[in-house]
Amino acid sequence: MYMHFLQKTGLLLFILACAILIGLLFWDTSYRITRETFSGVSSDEATQERLQMVFDSVPSATFHDPFSFNQMLKEKFGEYNKEVIRTFAITQEELDRIIAAFPPADVTFSPTVTESVWQDGDTDNFKREQFTAYTSWMEGKSYSSRDELQKQLNKTRQDINQGIRENKGFGDYQIKSLQLALTRNALTGPTTSRTTFWLFLTIGLGTAAALLYILPKLNLLPGIKNDGVYHRSNTSRGWVAIIIGSLLILFYIVLYWYPEYMVSWMALTDPLSRSLSGNPASQWFFYGLLYTLAIAVMGIRMLIHYRHSNYHIIRTISVIFFQTVFAFLIPEILIRLNRPSMDLKNIWPLNYTFFYDYNLEQLTSAGVIGTSMLVWGIVLAFIGVPVLTYFYGKRWYCSWVCGCGGLAETLGDPYRHLSDKSLKAWKIERWMIHGVLVFAVVMTLGVLYTYFTGSGSVAGISTYSVRSVYGFLIGAAFAGVVGVGFYPFMGSRVWCRFGCPLAAWLGLVQRFKSRFRITTNGGQCISCGNCSTYCEMGIDVRWYAQRGQNIVRSSCVGCGVCSSVCPRGVLKLENKKEAGRLNNPVLIGNDGVKISG
Amino acid sequence: MEHVVIIGNGIAGITAARHIRKQTDFRITVISAESKYFWSRTALMYIYMGHMKFRHTKPYEDDFWQKNRIDLIQDYAEHIDHDAKMVRLRKSGNLNYDHLILATGSKPAFFNWEGQDLKGVSGMVSLQDLENIESYTTDIDRAVIVGGGLIGIELAEMLRSRDIKVTFLVREKEFWQNVLPEQEATMISRHIRQHHVDLRLETGLEKILGDETGQVKGVVTSGGENISCQFVGITTGVRPNTDLARASGIPADRGILVNEFLETRFPGVYAIGDCAEHITPRPGRKAVEQVWYTGRIMGETVAATIAGKRTAYQPGPWFNSAKFFDIEYQTYGDVPAETPEHLCDFYWEHEDGHHAVHLIFDRQSLQFCGINSFGIRYRHEYFDQKLHENADIRSVMQDLHKANFDSEFFRDHTKSIQQAFNQRYPDYQVKPIRKKFMGLI
Repeated sequence: MYMHFLQKTGLLLFILACAILIGLLFWDTSYRITRETFSGVSSDEATQERLQMVFDSVPSATFHDPFSFNQMLKEKFGEYNKEVIRTFAITQEELDRIIAAFPPADVTFSPTVTESVWQDGDTDNFKREQFTAYTSWMEGKSYSSRDELQKQLNKTRQDINQGIRENKGFGDYQIKSLQLALTRNALTGPTTSRTTFWLFLTIGLGTAAALLYILPKLNLLPGIKNDGVYHRSNTSRGWVAIIIGSLLILFYIVLYWYPEYMVSWMALTDPLSRSLSGNPASQWFFYGLLYTLAIAVMGIRMLIHYRHSNYHIIRTISVIFFQTVFAFLIPEILIRLNRPSMDLKNIWPLNYTFFYDYNLEQLTSAGVIGTSMLVWGIVLAFIGVPVLTYFYGKRWYCSWVCGCGGLAETLGDPYRHLSDKSLKAWKIERWMIHGVLVFAVVMTLGVLYTYFTGSGSVAGISTYSVRSVYGFLIGAAFAGVVGVGFYPFMGSRVWCRFGCPLAAWLGLVQRFKSRFRITTNGGQCISCGNCSTYCEMGIDVRWYAQRGQNIVRSSCVGCGVCSSVCPRGVLKLENKKEAGRLNNPVLIGNDGVKISG
Repeated sequence: MEHVVIIGNGIAGITAARHIRKQTDFRITVISAESKYFWSRTALMYIYMGHMKFRHTKPYEDDFWQKNRIDLIQDYAEHIDHDAKMVRLRKSGNLNYDHLILATGSKPAFFNWEGQDLKGVSGMVSLQDLENIESYTTDIDRAVIVGGGLIGIELAEMLRSRDIKVTFLVREKEFWQNVLPEQEATMISRHIRQHHVDLRLETGLEKILGDETGQVKGVVTSGGENISCQFVGITTGVRPNTDLARASGIPADRGILVNEFLETRFPGVYAIGDCAEHITPRPGRKAVEQVWYTGRIMGETVAATIAGKRTAYQPGPWFNSAKFFDIEYQTYGDVPAETPEHLCDFYWEHEDGHHAVHLIFDRQSLQFCGINSFGIRYRHEYFDQKLHENADIRSVMQDLHKANFDSEFFRDHTKSIQQAFNQRYPDYQVKPIRKKFMGLI
């Protein structure tokens, strides 16, 4: 009774903390542009000047929600860009005059004709320079007719004008990041005035409340705790699951694409961020903090749930440690030390930006420590992965070290049984995950090609657009929105199973060259199905167990839960000699008929 | 094409079907009234406790059967005409067969108690039972379970998972003491009480009391005590389901009588699994064996026979396993409830009361006879081999570390077991082998 009371109180307080956290995004906030708001927002002087032009003239209105404020920002940037286009863009009329200077047929292009269109003066000079630069490759080229030339030049004009907008005005990416920075600086509200108070009342209260819900479980006797998993709405795709899943999905969409609407949350974690890195908190700091707390608190739940199993205790402590120290603290401390910030256990190709030009430049220009980091990252990906996986299976990473895996094994644990076990799902999984691996490799090769040759396209495809498609589809949409947002619907390992290119790479090693396997115990399997049900990777473990066959599957992350939930002690994770790993199925018990297969 | 008809889709019948399919091209039809698809009866408790849904208990996907050309008919077999080689089904009419396998399983044993037909009384064997238990135990306060065996303790765990107060009537001096030696039975009894079950030892059921609506309202124990409750679970064992055989003139005693080849008196008619009774049991084995594994082994055996290689039922050394709340149990070989004079025993129990082993060996020859283990997982292969070799207890103890099947990082009790053995039997010194730290040094 007393235990239920504590748990219920914990649950209510947790919901309250979440409600306050969401409420802080809107409640009593105001956004106002002042000189201080935009000073120092960009390190680029020209941008800074432009910002001044945009905002100095406006009487500074105060907005009370991030939506109307950002609407205003977008309008201002739009107006400025319109003005830029009006002043600097090459008009259709100018283009027509250029074209008219050429003969109707058998045209040979030369940019000199522009003399007649643009005379002297800053604007005209600028236009001429732009036009000349963009058409230099066309010089001396022949066109069958004026129409043909016109077609080409129309396209060129569009490119030029787009470029002018980005050079003289604000580009789309720039607007997006300025929106975030300006909204961040323009904010005043509870989270900026009484930051610590609200931090305690949201994240602090949430953490304490979660622990209040979790700790009373110490009263239960040690042992498997799956009672009611399929009776509870939260863990059986009921309405609670739909609410939680929707909130998670929404959170990731805001985090990746609309961070300007969550500046109140960033402000909330400012003091913490300043004390670690010395900088104000970004959306990534807020996310990192929440992520780490989720792993730690739900890790404590794991420790209590599995306190009869040393395997789970040790690996849970391991994921909490790697998340807290390697993913959260060290990168922040590196920033404070003015060193390249890096999560030292995040391995390419999961860490798909590792070979991006800016990262390589940052690392190669940061002295010994930068070079060491570069070497470390390469060694991990190409030597560490195969060697460690050979000895221990991919579990050394996926369920002991990895951040995504860490979240899946802690926050995701209540949802682990929701993974699809069908043969069809397995087939889709194999195509998808290896597809993503190929995509990641191709994308990275393109990026490296550009880095070393300076050429931005291979076979007519821009390496930049390939990498931005990868970042959007795989890095953000798949890993974040689907990967975590779908916990309550498809289980905790959707990303790891269907999308993670590193899991694919580790899996190839595990499947073909490793000492790891799950062995089955003689003839003791009773086909109850606990192992398959609780496999987060959707492996039909029972299929193997009931025929006495070792389980050697590329996807197995070695969490060990199949072994724990087995009521008959049939399954054991083992690293043994490779020989006999891919065994013929053997069932013990029948001396009359030899049973294999 | 020869036609094999199998009545019953439990582990015995389905194993037979699968292995016949592997070895032959025969037409195979499996008939079951309970469910269309094979599911694992041992997982019944997990459905009630919410660990799984019914669909998770199906070991094969639904299209497996069509892929393997095994026809499934959900119907009730009413009669067998063994002269015409024909089975009469309730809905689907007559079905001719060349080979008929009876794998009809077992039914809960009820002992004609007064009130056993009241609403709120159920056994725990079939899907129907599960449905009844589900509806009988919704929002109730207290339940009584009668019969201290493997199903009884499962039912107790099920009800406790929903915070229902449970009184558990067990006739023996300690839980399952007709099978387990006293030390283990005592340990498990203690564990049952730790799980807040009101365990009443040496207590039987006198009668079940009902109210005017025909609903259970309590029981009277053999001690005359009146316990009020809203549900009574009867788990006093199971008996072979011989109804169909008897109705069709196939000889049955406790079970359907079969020879060593699992053949009944009529050619082409076999009986396997829980429902079968061996006319001449193999030495050391019972005439009726009602566990998952023997069902499987009989299924494999009859499949070989039907595929053309007449094979006798020849199980290897006995083994079994179970889980008592949080304590896993495995047994290999023969560990009698009471150690006879010509045998020696060695019992070790960890001070936490959750880990124990009990080994039996011959006083004269020192031949190893069997082991019970609790809370420690052992390799089936290891003991199977030792039993086949008629190994000496000293070799079993000496190599015990090789037998361990616990998860990694679990505390290894081998050394302390060996030391205790050395103390108990100083003449048979065993040298504990130091285990490498993390398998390295």
